[in-house]
Amino acid sequence: MVHFTAEEKAAVISLWARVNVELVGGEVLGRLLVVYPWTQRFFDNFGNLSSESAIMGNPKVKAHGKKVLTSFGNAIKHMDDLKDTFAELSELHCDKLHVDPENFKLLGNMILIVLATHFSKEFTPQTQAAWQKLTTAVANALAHKYH
Amino acid sequence: MALSGADRAAVRALWRKLGGNVGIYATEALERTFCSFPATKTYFPHFDLSPGSAQVKAHGQKVADALTTAVAHLDDLPGALSALGALHAHRLRVDPAHFQLLSHCLLVTLARHYPGDLAPAMHASLHKFLSHVTSALASRYG
Repeated sequence: MVHFTAEEKAAVISLWARVNVELVGGEVLGRLLVVYPWTQRFFDNFGNLSSESAIMGNPKVKAHGKKVLTSFGNAIKHMDDLKDTFAELSELHCDKLHVDPENFKLLGNMILIVLATHFSKEFTPQTQAAWQKLTTAVANALAHKYH
Repeated sequence: MALSGADRAAVRALWRKLGGNVGIYATEALERTFCSFPATKTYFPHFDLSPGSAQVKAHGQKVADALTTAVAHLDDLPGALSALGALHAHRLRVDPAHFQLLSHCLLVTLARHYPGDLAPAMHASLHKFLSHVTSALASRYG
């Protein structure tokens, strides 16, 4: 089980309180699809993903990004119990969605970079480290039920 | 993912914008790498790694100079980075997986300082460039 110190939790929670989940979620997923184009393989039914502007403006990308980041918000409420919190989602991603867990790490990287663009001042090395730890832990929790 | 003409133009333009500050950003990227990925500190037991360290700053400048050289030789990254690759492989013996960690922290650093400039397409070009630098360094291993 990953242990988060009080300082790490505080760093994550205080920044999260200021995140516009709808806006940031869309940006995070959009960037994933632009920077790692092979991830588009999971979104064949999302319509036009043919260019950066098409992807970033795509309403399905924005909606799904919001969904994904909202789930992340749930992780922040259960930082001491991520494996159980994400057990069902892990099974879903393995058995129904067939997503390579490597992608969870890539999405985590996008979260970090988008947060850095929105919160330059607050995103100190220590804050980044706390978020880095969280995204890695969530990625591992999502991969935990794979078989 | 080869570096397209558009990728090269974008990276060159960004580098012109960064100007003489590349050293500052590379240093910050190093600090962030040490902070987020403590295993990377094992390669610097001889360094003072506390915030503001002169040694980290000097090393940041070295990294910056290498990246600037890379930007100037986008048509032949393996050639331009051959000696550095050999150094990291045979003398320093750094696990090449760590190069990606530094690349990621450099992206975070630039995203912080230039949020308006790091639109998704620029982010993608920069990510590709850094991946090519990493591959060029790693090609001297083994």
